[in-house]
Amino acid sequence: MQAAEVRLEKVGKRYGDQWVVRNVDLHVQHGEFFTLLGPSGCGKTTLLRIIAGFAQPDEGLVCIDGQTVNQMPPWRRNVGLVFQSYALWPHLTVFDNVAFGLRERKVPRDEISRRVRAALEQVDLKGTEGRRPSQLSGGQQQRVALARTLVIQPRVLLLDEPLSNLDAKLRVEMRLELQILQRDLGLTTIYVTHDQEEALALSTRIAVINQGQIVQHGEPRAIYEQPCNDFVASFIGQANLLPATVDEVLDHSLRVTMENGVTIKIAMPPMPSMPSAAAPFQPGEAVRLSVRPEAIQLSDGGDQASDGKRIAGKIVASAYQGAFVEYEIAVAGKTFKARVGNPKGKTLYRRGDEVSLNFAAEDLVVVPKTLE
Amino acid sequence: MALLLAILIAFILYPVLSVLSVSLSDDQSNLTLLHFANFFRRPLFREALWNTLWSGLLVVVFSAVLALPLAYVLARYEFRGKLLLQTAATLPLVIPPFVGAVALQLILGRSGVVNLLLLDWFDLSIPFMEGLTGVVLVQTLHFFPFILLNTVVSLANIDSSLEEAAQNLGCHGLRLFRRVTLPLMLPGFIAGSLLTFIRAIDDLGTPLMLNYKNLLAPQAYLRITTIGMDDVDGYVVCVALVVLSLAALLAARKYLSLAEYATLQRAAPVTRRLQGKTMVIVWLVIVLVLGISLLPHIGIAVLSFAKVWSFTLLPSTYTLGNYHEILFRVPHFVINTLIYTLLAAALDIVLGATIAFLLLRTRVPGRNVLDAIATMPLAIPGVVLAVGYLRVFHGWDFPGVGGPLTSSWLILVIAYTMRRLPYTVRACYAALQQVHVSLEESAQNLGANRFRTFIKITLPMIGGGLIAGGLIAFITSCVELASTIMLVPRIELGPISYGIYLYMQSPLGRGAGAALGVVAILLVSAGTYLTHRVFGGRAGSAFRI
Repeated sequence: MQAAEVRLEKVGKRYGDQWVVRNVDLHVQHGEFFTLLGPSGCGKTTLLRIIAGFAQPDEGLVCIDGQTVNQMPPWRRNVGLVFQSYALWPHLTVFDNVAFGLRERKVPRDEISRRVRAALEQVDLKGTEGRRPSQLSGGQQQRVALARTLVIQPRVLLLDEPLSNLDAKLRVEMRLELQILQRDLGLTTIYVTHDQEEALALSTRIAVINQGQIVQHGEPRAIYEQPCNDFVASFIGQANLLPATVDEVLDHSLRVTMENGVTIKIAMPPMPSMPSAAAPFQPGEAVRLSVRPEAIQLSDGGDQASDGKRIAGKIVASAYQGAFVEYEIAVAGKTFKARVGNPKGKTLYRRGDEVSLNFAAEDLVVVPKTLE
Repeated sequence: MALLLAILIAFILYPVLSVLSVSLSDDQSNLTLLHFANFFRRPLFREALWNTLWSGLLVVVFSAVLALPLAYVLARYEFRGKLLLQTAATLPLVIPPFVGAVALQLILGRSGVVNLLLLDWFDLSIPFMEGLTGVVLVQTLHFFPFILLNTVVSLANIDSSLEEAAQNLGCHGLRLFRRVTLPLMLPGFIAGSLLTFIRAIDDLGTPLMLNYKNLLAPQAYLRITTIGMDDVDGYVVCVALVVLSLAALLAARKYLSLAEYATLQRAAPVTRRLQGKTMVIVWLVIVLVLGISLLPHIGIAVLSFAKVWSFTLLPSTYTLGNYHEILFRVPHFVINTLIYTLLAAALDIVLGATIAFLLLRTRVPGRNVLDAIATMPLAIPGVVLAVGYLRVFHGWDFPGVGGPLTSSWLILVIAYTMRRLPYTVRACYAALQQVHVSLEESAQNLGANRFRTFIKITLPMIGGGLIAGGLIAFITSCVELASTIMLVPRIELGPISYGIYLYMQSPLGRGAGAALGVVAILLVSAGTYLTHRVFGGRAGSAFRI
């Protein structure tokens, strides 16, 4: 079956008077790997269930391939959902689990047999047909769940935190396999996760969701490098958020003053991924400057006066991780995070060492203040 | 441990084995199967065996028909009055089946209300209560909540994503029920059915009250009480009963172990709201089922206030005299019941908690034997245990009692304790299982010794379970008739169930018997209510095995 596009228009869902999803607009293209990313309880799974038909939106439209499906029951939507718990039926064998959807579709016997075998081969599970789900490992159960969904050739593939029950190493392996499988099949895929690494690694586009609303959507790189506010900056990767005030709004840049009185000019690239509702900055507005830990350089001695380029600090903690070293640095009552890559041959600072922090103005992103 | 084992062997294993040995040995105490051959040769016994199997099966089938729709509605729908329905559905359990039998006689019997009306209007009468029909009817109305509660629990344990996955792949409606829901709930349902079967063939009171004797339980009773302790046939009938119950119990265990797999820990099933036409249909079914199942309660309540009630729709004169009789003239039935059952419940808690502790927290050799013996009473009908006691403890002075144990009221307490021990063991076991060893270890790690750990950590956590276990023993002992009527040494030592049985023998005593029945219902209701309080929303688990 042809991969489909999915469009949500002003979708809202509430339980009682609590909105769990609000005013969500989404357009997932043919063959795209689209990720809904957010902390637990943000409404991302509810969105997925709305697309699958297990939750009814209180507002807005759900369209698959241009057809409004709000009134269509789950069993007629032909969107494959892989559950977080896998939801394999314990009373059926692996073969019968995978064959379930084909039997519902009245596919002839020998074709069922052929397609189930092909699907199991696709996920590397040849030979497990006669086993029960309880006799399989977590990773194998995950593959059965995937095969069971893929075998019906759904219009859209929905994945609800499919890797969250696997151990760390397996998770990375499955991630790669999933990516290859999806590209090969060209399936429109909507993926729900709270793991930002997974989201960045897999997706063509990401929608960051918080408290039921889409905060920002765009390609992984744009989300990471140009977060639209302090929540996105600190949720995707790590960020040091420095309080600052807007002095002047220029054509393509801003002049801001940091708390230590230093004034800098920061370029403002156009941000297509920002919600259109986001207001431009105003002079006098309190903002945050976001700088990633890996953008901070450290050098010895913090006692020389801060000159705008340098900030004096003291190492509070250090964690050597082989490929990089993570430092926590106390600066004027605040804690900075810095990450120094490829530490081989470089000085390793220890707790109590005086250092100075340095970062380039290009590495600073001005974001509106939404968090306290 | 040794003492515990000795108690269990003396009061459970040995009596049953002695019944078995009598049935298997000839005059010279050689091993023989002759008695069993004779059993199958006599048409009377063959018929009793067949009737027992057949009526047990019918009770299960009819109970399932009543219980399944209600179970599905209770587990899957939200609607107004659901709590009321949940409570009402357990009400049949509070009325002892033999009391229900009397009440139903009055309403559906040959000269009961319904038949009087039918005779009046259409000049016909329907023999609802005659023979086996009556037994099946009474037992169905009493036992269907067992199947109901078991089925509700297994339906509620099905992870909702298992059904959603099927819907996602194109399956819905009846097909969804048949391909996914039914197979997943089946183990719990079958286990409930088998337990109902065990209870039904164990029930001696109902056939006796309805004067239908051609079943195994009344046959055993009549053999032993009329022909005597030496009549081998009585023992053979007992063994047949045990074999039937044991087979059903083993099958139930097998199915329940299968049931474990369906209970994932995630997502509770989605409940839907009932609306419109479905709502009306559902309520009609509910009113019909519960209306019928509450008939006995109404009948017995009315009878307890009746002075004369025969061949009329309702009693012709009302009186409080029945209550005066049982509360002031012969109060010992009520008092005895309280003493025996509370004592039995307390003993059960002590034994149950000890056994649970040995099973879960120690590696004492032989603890599995202990568990096996403690579970046996589930498959030992009351009649059989009583026969075993009479056989073993009759005719010699038990130390400390000053006479044979069978001439003391203690024998009743012991019988009740042993009959209900499996329930208490299970309740205690489940409660203790909830307390992860690490909870106790962390207390010890922080400086509490074993005793203080038990007092401060373990006991508060398992207290509810212990009390619930005791309450179950109390509730069921209150209305225990099968072993009671065989073991009561003298009338004045009899408990309520015995009193009801005696009063009901004569038309004049029926009012007082009904009043005792009302007292029994109140006691059981109080116990059930407390169990609900202790178990919280999971009251159904009290009636599961």
